[in-house]
Parts: sequence; structure tokens; C-alpha cells
Amino acid sequence: MSAYLKQDEPDNVNRLDHMRQGVLGTDASRIEGLLKVTGTAPYAAEYQLDDCLEGVLVTATISKGEVTAIDADSVLSMPGVVAVIDDPSLTARAAQGTAGEAPAQPAREVGYFGQPIALVVAESFEQARDASKHLKVSYRADDDVAFDPEAVEAEPQDGATSQGDLAHAMKEAPFSVDVTYTTEGHSSAAMEPHAAIAQWDGDTLTVYASLQMLNYNISELADSLGLDEDKLRLVSRYVGGGFGSKLGVSEETVAASVAAMELGRPVRVAMLRQQVLQCIMRRSETRQRFRLAAGEDGKLTGFGHEARVSNLPGESFAEPVLQSSHFLYAGENRELSMEVARIHRMTAGSVRAPGEAVGMPALECAMDVLAEKCGLDPVELRLRNIPDRHPANGTPFSSHKLAECLKQGAEAFGWDSGPRSPRHTREGEWWVGTGMASAARVHNVGEAKARVTLKADGTALVETDMTDIGTGTYTILAQTVGEMLGLPVAKVLVELGDTHHPRGPGSGGSWGAASICSAAYLACLALRETLAKRADVAEEKLELKDGAVVGGASLIDLLDGRDLAEEGHYEPGDIADDFTASGFGAFFARVRVNRFTGETRVEHMTGAFGFGRVLNTKTARSQCLGGMTWSIGAALTEAMLFDPVDGHLANCDLAEYHVPVNRDVPDLDVVFVEERDGAASPIQAKGIGELGMCGGAGAIANAIYNACGARVFEFPMTPDKVLAAMPD
Amino acid sequence: MTVNNRPVQYLLDPETPLLFALREASNLTGTKFGCGTGDCGACMVLIDGVPLRSCLVSIAEAEGRVITTIEGLSRDRSHPVQQALVAEQAIQCGFCTPGIAIAAAALLEDNPSPSREQIDAAIPNLCRCGVYPRLVRAIERAGRVAARAEVIDAAPPPAIAPEEAARDVPALRTTTAPPRD
Ligand code: FES
Ligand code: FES
Repeated sequence: MSAYLKQDEPDNVNRLDHMRQGVLGTDASRIEGLLKVTGTAPYAAEYQLDDCLEGVLVTATISKGEVTAIDADSVLSMPGVVAVIDDPSLTARAAQGTAGEAPAQPAREVGYFGQPIALVVAESFEQARDASKHLKVSYRADDDVAFDPEAVEAEPQDGATSQGDLAHAMKEAPFSVDVTYTTEGHSSAAMEPHAAIAQWDGDTLTVYASLQMLNYNISELADSLGLDEDKLRLVSRYVGGGFGSKLGVSEETVAASVAAMELGRPVRVAMLRQQVLQCIMRRSETRQRFRLAAGEDGKLTGFGHEARVSNLPGESFAEPVLQSSHFLYAGENRELSMEVARIHRMTAGSVRAPGEAVGMPALECAMDVLAEKCGLDPVELRLRNIPDRHPANGTPFSSHKLAECLKQGAEAFGWDSGPRSPRHTREGEWWVGTGMASAARVHNVGEAKARVTLKADGTALVETDMTDIGTGTYTILAQTVGEMLGLPVAKVLVELGDTHHPRGPGSGGSWGAASICSAAYLACLALRETLAKRADVAEEKLELKDGAVVGGASLIDLLDGRDLAEEGHYEPGDIADDFTASGFGAFFARVRVNRFTGETRVEHMTGAFGFGRVLNTKTARSQCLGGMTWSIGAALTEAMLFDPVDGHLANCDLAEYHVPVNRDVPDLDVVFVEERDGAASPIQAKGIGELGMCGGAGAIANAIYNACGARVFEFPMTPDKVLAAMPD
Repeated sequence: MTVNNRPVQYLLDPETPLLFALREASNLTGTKFGCGTGDCGACMVLIDGVPLRSCLVSIAEAEGRVITTIEGLSRDRSHPVQQALVAEQAIQCGFCTPGIAIAAAALLEDNPSPSREQIDAAIPNLCRCGVYPRLVRAIERAGRVAARAEVIDAAPPPAIAPEEAARDVPALRTTTAPPRD
């Protein structure tokens, strides 16, 4: 049986608030926690298959051109080497998130330095790696390859907004700001390197891989291999971090599959850390110009945001820098546009919070400059510019908590709304200051299916191919089902990450939790209908708690020895077009800047967020904290640095690409702003995986200015840049 | 060498990193490969009680020593650090977790009530999910548990029998490949 809902209308009945179990929205610890602390949760590379071969990818040492010959004989006589795979179905890039089709093939056509071109397979990893270094490859290299995004003509992107006359508004306005910011590329740098083990039995292929969206990945892999989807099974039970880097099927998964099918033995391919940085999606660098015009009262009359990003030729993805700028602030005269420079660096794609991760910090820095010009408290400036409706297309907001976030966040942080001027506090070598920023991240939901089975013994089983990439999917599904069916969390088993189960929405774009829990919710509603009939009450009146009807029969009795299963199927309908839906928030930061070295230390940060129903306070808080930690990296340290001569990534390891470390991260406070958003999903929840980094770097940048008087226009704000901008 | 209380001799090239010997030859996959170059700490194990990055230690260097991996940290998942990491939610994707648990266990062995500075100095591990402030709290709490000043309610025993859970949820069967069905 199945229960299907295409959501065309907001659901403000909030059924979940009226259930009796009381497990949803609690601080339940993650149910797979013990497996993780004992090292027994299996990640992709850790399945034990007999007779498994090891493959190591060989990567290009040119930036653009073609592989003209691969001399397999140069390594086939080396110890343990079994094969050199250079099949045309090897992929040159990872698939973009939600592509659902094969990424660029064949791998012999080289588009960027470090691109996989072949796979060496051997009995052991060391043998394969050694041979991969000795493989003789001949190339035809192109000259005149573009590496610098500023040195090429850029293509305009669709979706620009042009409304009123911004130039005129800028001229007339008593206060205006025209500033340009740049951001460097980011790497997801998930702690688990990409890895896959493929096993072919002559008819079906089973692949254990580290992937975020099996529902799309199965089509991408099938298309890459020319195999029917029903001959393919993908398994991703535990994923050691994704952050966008595992959205689309990547090169090692296809290579392991091709090799396993060719050799008839299981093949494991794990990327080296350097390969992860070199050939997995980067976040594009950006250049962003803001034109903000405001009246005497600080109200925006004009809003301009123009951005340039880059990608490889042929890639449709363009870092959606303007995504939240379209609706965050008012201003009747508007110019928003983007352009894409085609250059030969590795594929640009989704890295946590594509768009807002870099668009919001830059916008919030420009707003800080404007607040100073207007002589307004920066919190007040934002409060005055919250629009009633989408300022360009006029759609209503599904729910809007920016004002509450600004106020509650300011209070929790102890924000001083008095007059602000830089260099007000010095402690020894350190200037100390504060800054703030708004947060916004568009809300999305996706089609999702989940099967919920009430077992005759009164426990429940949830099955879907949805993944848990560290976000808490296992736990929130157990809570949602427990709440609906009156079961404690420990009585709900959750099985994820296997394409033999109904298709989930995949983990990405912060849509996973709201989408998959909506599917489980629908399945539970259908189960409740049956239970209600058996208990002889209306479904709305059915009260379930601790495995029984309150004051009545137990589930075991109602089930009478037989399992009961329903498949929930959720799809967003008209709500996606009828409303502008977004998570909102506010960041407050206190930093200290060294007056001699320009080093910045974040001392404290508070984030207040409104993202609809909170499904689990612990896992949701973790997502916020993780996002704020990424904000620190984006503000101060993270930058992909490319060689100007051949375009190779110069800092392709964790020693040189600086993710935040323990000592960079102070105590962080998170405030949840109560919200139910019925137009966001039938469970009134929105996403939270990304909101925590959508603006936070701006709060830190603004605090740097408030501390030491350095207005820096380039992210990350490394000591050299801060020092150069510091007034004498 | 001794690995988790068992004598082991690896018939591998003596230059093989201990990490690969543990993961590939001993099937102790709780110790993770995060970088192979000493940057991340996901591969930390105790060598004679000292937390070291096993990707940088050859099996020749480990010869004659006592190695403890995450699997050997406690028999029944009851090490205070393991309990506190769960309770403080200092785990997200879990990939850095074994290395952090090892580093924290070694710290508490030497110093049951470390200061924040001492914790910062003892935990060099990278965590991309960003559990840092929580892991400091977890280690402080584990220290109190080890000193019997506090008790953590271990996660409630699952109401579903382990064998039954394993039948329904292959993921709970740890590292064996699930049946093909
Ligand atoms: S794998 Fe050893 S430090 Fe990263
Ligand atoms: S929990 Fe994911 S890297 Fe630390």
C-alpha cells in the first residue's frame, strides 16, 4: 500500500504537535553513535569482499588536451599488477548534484590538471599505487589554455533581475555604497576520502560507495556504464562527510565498476587525499559588486548585486551567488546578474551552501559599510529593510523569522546597539571588536519515498535509500516514526543507504530531513488509518503512546501476528511556486585582531536561526555549529590556490588547505527561533544543514573592521590582507 | 607486536604503514585513512599508550610494541570517552571520531581533569563536521566519569534484540557484506 501527497497547499494543522509519544524535537542522541565511537560503522572502503583487487587512479599531468597513448606494458610486469583500465566509459569529472545522467566521458579528453585518465589495478594498494606512478602516458597538450577567471570573456547567466533604475537611485540617494568583494575557491574536504568497492557477478553490479544521493547516483552510474538500473545496487550506509562533494557519482565509483566488470573480481578504488582535492568539485571563486542606495531613514531604495564565477566549459552549474539576494532585502530599483568565466580548473560544483556561502558574507559586509554611512546600528539597518513579499516577483514568504532571529540573537550575544566606531577596545597587542550579519538560505524539498513497516512484535522498521552523511537522518526518522506510531526511539529500526529500498530525496541542498521525514510521516498516517479502524476510532482521535492505544489495546494486539507496511511518497507541488521559502538567521561575532601581525582570532559567536520545526535539538544544533565552524574557515583561512602557469591546485592536501582546527573554534552559541512553516513541508520543517554558514563569515569580517579599522574586501581575511588594510 | 592484547606478526614489507597493516591485514577498520600524510589524525592509535598517527609509523617501527586501536579501547563500548562523545553529541559523520577517542583516552590516562588549554594541546585531530567545542566538553565530562564524579546513562539498551536488529538492519552487522537479495 502507499500514501502519496503532492503538496499544493500549506499544512498548518501541525499533526505532529498533537501526537502523544513526545520524542520528536527532543535531544535524543544519535542512534548510530555507539557504532561510530567504537569504529564499527562501515564506511564505503571497509566492506570485506573475498579476492578484492585494489585500483589507484592515474591523473593527468597536463591541463587541457588529449591522452594519445597509455603504455600498459610499462607496468604490467610490475609485481602484483593485474590490469590497466582505460575504457572509454571512465569519467573525467564527477556528476553535478541531481544530474541523474553520466558525467563527462571519456576520461582521455583532459579538461583540467589532475583529472583521472586511467586506473591501475593490482593485488595490493601499494602495488597499484607504485605502478600508477610508473605508467607511461603520452599527451597532446593544447596551448593557450585559460586559467584566470579574470582574463577571459564571461558568459552572462539567465535569471537576471532588472527593475526600476538603480543608477538613478544611487545618484539620488543620501547614502550609497558601491563596493566589490572577492572570495577564493573552497574545497569540501570531507574527512572520508572518496572510495568505492564494486562487485560484478556477471549479471548485477553491487557498489559500496561514499555518496550522498543514491536516488540520482544509480542513474548516473547506470548511464556511465551502459547498464540497466535494475542490474545495479548502490550501498552507502555511512558516509564520512559529504558537504556536496559526494552529490554526484564521482570518478572512483565509475572506475571501480568498470574494472570489476572487466576483471570479474571485486575492485576497490579509494582516492588519495591529494586526488580528492584535485578532481572533486570546487566551489568557484567569486567577484561580487554591490550597489546599495538608502534614504535618510536607512531604507533601501536600490539594490544591486552582480557576480562573476567560473567553471569548465560544458558545465551547467554556476555558483548561485545571488540566490538569497533576490529576496533578502527591500529596494524597488534592482539589478542582479551573474556571469560565468570558462576556465580550466577542476569542475566547479556544490560545496556546502552553494551560493549563499559566499554571496551572503559579501552582501553582509556591504550592509555593514552602509550601516556605518547611515549612522545606524547594523541590526537596526537590517530590521528596517525586511520586505513584506519577494521584492521582485511579489510572492509571499511561507514564513519569515529574520526579525526574531536578529532580536533574539542580539540579546543572547549581548549586542551593544550604541554608536560604533573601530578600535574602541585594546587588550595588549589585540584590538577587540564585534560584528554581525544576517543569514538566509533558500528552502527546498524533493520527491521522497520511505517504507514504514509495523512489525507484529510492536517494533517499526523504516527503509529508504536516503543517506545519513553525519546529519542525523537515522535518528530523526526514528523520532518521526516513533512520534506518529507511539513508539520509543529504541523500538524503531532505520535502514538507509541501499537502492533496494524506496527512493529518498538524497542528502543535499538541506532538503533531506524535511523531505524524507515527510515521506515517513505520510506512511505513518496511512498506518494510523488502519490501526484506527481496528481500534474503532477516527484516525484523528487515535492516541498512541509506548506501543499501545492510550487506555486501550496494544499495537501487538492490533497487529494480531501480522506485519503492516505502507510506503509514503512525498512530492512538492504548487507550494514550491506559490511561496518564497527560506531559512533565516543572524550571526554575532566577537574577534580579536593582532595589531602587529594582523592575525584574527574568533573569541565568540552566536547564531540564531529559524528553520521551521526542529526535529532533534541535538542534531540540529550540530548542523548549526558545523556551519558556523565553516564560517570561520571561509572568513579566515580557506582558499584553493591555483598555479597561474598550468592551473594545477597548489595546496592539495590538508596541511596547505586550511580547514578550521580545534584551536580556531571558540565556544559557539546557537539559539533556535520557534517556527512552524506549513508551506515548507507537511511536517512544517525546513533545512538546517547549510544555514549556519550563510553569512557567518560576514559577521567575522565586520568584527575585524570594528576591532581594528581594517576594511578588507577579499575573503579569506588572512593576516597579510588585514595588515595591509589596517590604518596606521 | 601486540595488537589489542593479541600477539601479531605481519608478513608484509616492513616499511608498510601500520595503518594499512591494521586496516587491511587485521581488518581493524575502525582506524581511518584520512590523508596518509600525518595531517588529520583520523588514523591515531595508542602505541605503548601514546597516541600516534599510524599512517606515519611503519610496522618495523611498531615491532615489539603494544598497539591499541579503537576496537580495543574498551570491551563493551564503556570507555568514558566513548560514552561522553555520544552524550555530548561530539560525533557527526563519525569519520574523525575513532582518532579523537584515542587521543582523548590517552590524555585522560595521564591527566583525569585536563584544562581547556591542555585539551587543546592534546587534540590535534581535524574534524570537518566541526565538533570541536563539543569535543572539549565531552573530554571534560569523560574525565569526571573516569574520576567517578559523574555517571553517564549509557545509551538505553535497545529494546530490540541485537540479533534481530542485525537481521533487519544489515548496517548493524558491522563489516560483513550484506547478503545479495
Ligand atoms: S591518515 Fe594519518 S594523519 Fe591523516
Ligand atoms: S564528525 Fe565528521 S569529520 Fe568529525
